[in-house]
Amino acid sequence: MVRVVLANPMVEVAQGQREIQLCVDNFRELTLVLIDRWPAIQELLERSAVAIDGQIYQDAFAEPLRADSEVFFMPRIEGG
Amino acid sequence: MAEAVDYKQIGTRPVRPDGFDKVTGRAQFGADINLPNMIHGKVLRSPHAHARIKSVDVSGALAMPGVYAAISGADFPGGRLEGEAGGEGGGSMDDIAKNVMARSKVLYHGHAVAAVAASTAQLAKQALDAIKVEYEVLEPVLDVVKAMDPNATLVNEDNYTALPEKPDHPSNIANVGRLERGNLEEGFLAADVVVEREYKCPMAHQGYIEPHACVASIDERGRGTVWCSTQGHFEHRAATSKMLGKNMADLKFVATEIGGGFGGKTVVYLEPLATLLSEKSGRPVKMTMSREEVFRATGPSSATVARVKVGVRKDGTITAAQSWIAFEAGAFAGAPYMPGAMSIYAPYEIENFLVETFDVLVNKPKVAAYRAPGAPQAMHAFECALDEAAQLLNMDPIDLRLVNAADEGTQAPYGPKFPAIGLKACLQAAKNHPNYTRPVPEGAGRGVAVGFWFNVGMQSSAEVNINENGSVMIIEGSPDIGGSRASMCLMAAETLGVDYDDVRAQVGDTESTGFCNVTGGSRTTFATGMAVTQACEAVIADCKRRAAMTWGLDEDQVEWEDGHAVPGPGVNADVKPMSLAELARKAGKTGGPITARASLNAQGAGAAFSVNFGDIRVDRETGKVDVLSYTAIQDAGKAIHPAYVEGQLQGGAAQGIGWALNEEYIFDDNGVLENAGFLDYRIPVASDLPMIDTQIVEVPNPSHPFGVRGVGETPIVAPLAVCANAVSRSLEQRITDLPMSPPRLLDAIED
Repeated sequence: MVRVVLANPMVEVAQGQREIQLCVDNFRELTLVLIDRWPAIQELLERSAVAIDGQIYQDAFAEPLRADSEVFFMPRIEGG
Repeated sequence: MAEAVDYKQIGTRPVRPDGFDKVTGRAQFGADINLPNMIHGKVLRSPHAHARIKSVDVSGALAMPGVYAAISGADFPGGRLEGEAGGEGGGSMDDIAKNVMARSKVLYHGHAVAAVAASTAQLAKQALDAIKVEYEVLEPVLDVVKAMDPNATLVNEDNYTALPEKPDHPSNIANVGRLERGNLEEGFLAADVVVEREYKCPMAHQGYIEPHACVASIDERGRGTVWCSTQGHFEHRAATSKMLGKNMADLKFVATEIGGGFGGKTVVYLEPLATLLSEKSGRPVKMTMSREEVFRATGPSSATVARVKVGVRKDGTITAAQSWIAFEAGAFAGAPYMPGAMSIYAPYEIENFLVETFDVLVNKPKVAAYRAPGAPQAMHAFECALDEAAQLLNMDPIDLRLVNAADEGTQAPYGPKFPAIGLKACLQAAKNHPNYTRPVPEGAGRGVAVGFWFNVGMQSSAEVNINENGSVMIIEGSPDIGGSRASMCLMAAETLGVDYDDVRAQVGDTESTGFCNVTGGSRTTFATGMAVTQACEAVIADCKRRAAMTWGLDEDQVEWEDGHAVPGPGVNADVKPMSLAELARKAGKTGGPITARASLNAQGAGAAFSVNFGDIRVDRETGKVDVLSYTAIQDAGKAIHPAYVEGQLQGGAAQGIGWALNEEYIFDDNGVLENAGFLDYRIPVASDLPMIDTQIVEVPNPSHPFGVRGVGETPIVAPLAVCANAVSRSLEQRITDLPMSPPRLLDAIED
């Protein structure tokens, strides 16, 4: 099961759930499951970066996930 | 997986390719562009920090001979603009449009209200006096903490704190950030010492030497070209076209040479105005800001108030950390409140923590990014608290940090586990450095602090064309601010196996190369370098195909070694290796010109950590601060051009020291900036600083072909706390507010 940790604004949309386990094969599937559960999360997903197994993606789309993958949503960062 | 290898080109220090033109005056910066029939634009700016605009009448200016166009907010398309501008200091496109030209309210002293274009700059200035503006003056909101009060005057009556459920009442708080882990109460109970203080950082300017400047030449169809001093001409094109309701395909943006940006040139100010004035006048329009305008009307860093509490055990283990930081956003939302929250504890493995940050509107210029936006202010507070804890425990400050230092596998406070990082290597390098092992000079204090920035990848494009003689031409879409042309040439030379002197790079305009995000976030050497490397690899594949065709071999029987196509091991072919020059000469017979391009959205930027320390002495009679020595150590992953990396470390240190010791925006009670110039806003000059010693640590980033981590952001993070800790130790009393200017230090000494 993929371990998914939501960022703070998402937690409030997800009725307080910060961490969930999902059986998905890639990031696209993961986001579809989240949107299906909590439609209001879609806008937050589009504004978020994500770390998959420690690697930060500003624009993840269909990255494959392992059964033991860890996915952390986080705010986008740019810099000066 | 990048590994430590011996490179032939990478790691060398060739003379910078743009240097000759810059020292001979040939380089063309934003204000150096001149076109036939060009006229000059000037901006009328608000004399009030907060006022409702009752009316703007530009007819008086338009009636003046020699005035060709005049515009105000009414000339921009109506309706709310959708979309966001990326990056810290970005925010909503609608806000940025209203920052470029005020509509119903002016929100800071210097906010643009109208603009004119006239035959001379002098006439344009005179025409500004003929514009009539009626204001209803409002109370300015200037104090970030007071601004957070629910009963405070509102900067923007339509601003509601961004929460999942819209609040009942508007507020000056635009956004709230919060990260937490563990149990704070238990953590503080487990501590042997607890430090709790409030720290302040001032609003500071990036200190780029070249003011904002552009020239727009728009034809009768509304199409044309804009030359500008920018960190990202593609994103400037997007913002300008959106604000003016144009098809971006109708505008070509050209990035001129740039005299510094540091984040301050990631946003538009003049470009939409010059484009509109040019379209209305039918002539090219040049606009350049004065230094005063740069100070009053462009984006500085956020000022902050930070309250930090940290608990530490006798062995140096941090048991708990709690922080509250209010970031001034200026007149529109967009302070770096989240990067501040995400960076404050990033160097450490902490079991129990909470950080809350706030993006707060005040009637000051809208903030913009400034190297590692949000991190210097946040980490200043925490690194000072850690230093005080080390003093209370009589512990070496580097040892305390080593006890808690994040390493590969550490769960970062913002979520993911770190891959390979170089913090411990930097701490060890600092501890062993001769500047650290020698005694602290008499009467001085030694300050230590850690710096951090995430670094980013994002989108980049590059093309590689092989000339007929085998020389190599790179076109990148990233404006060269910190030496990207040199680093692109080095990476291309290394990949292709040719001499650096045979490679040239230029920055393409928006019509000659693919999209690139801004040069910012320490991303260009990493991401655009990856695009250049991929394009070079495609060139090599093409050359191998051409050699195989020439030799009558299969493509997989040909390899590439030291800039030559050669038969692979075991291939029985009586042929001579073919150099890139030979292949280029025969390109007409083997398929035409040799060229390749690559576009990507680079992922896997590696975080960069630094450790800085310095010895500082304070004159107790005058409050003057002397930086006796300063050492900057940073993990660069792999330094493509070490001299440029050292320059980044030195420049960031100089800017951070300036922010710590002297730099601050000083506003009067009406919100008028009192020090809008480099005479009164004092950045360090050469005589203020010692030689900044540097040491590059190289822990390769596994996600980059050469192991690169960005290096541009992190160098400014540590110096604020280094200086504060050194001054505090020198004076034997804690100094919590920046800048530590002589008057402020004298007050502290007398108290």
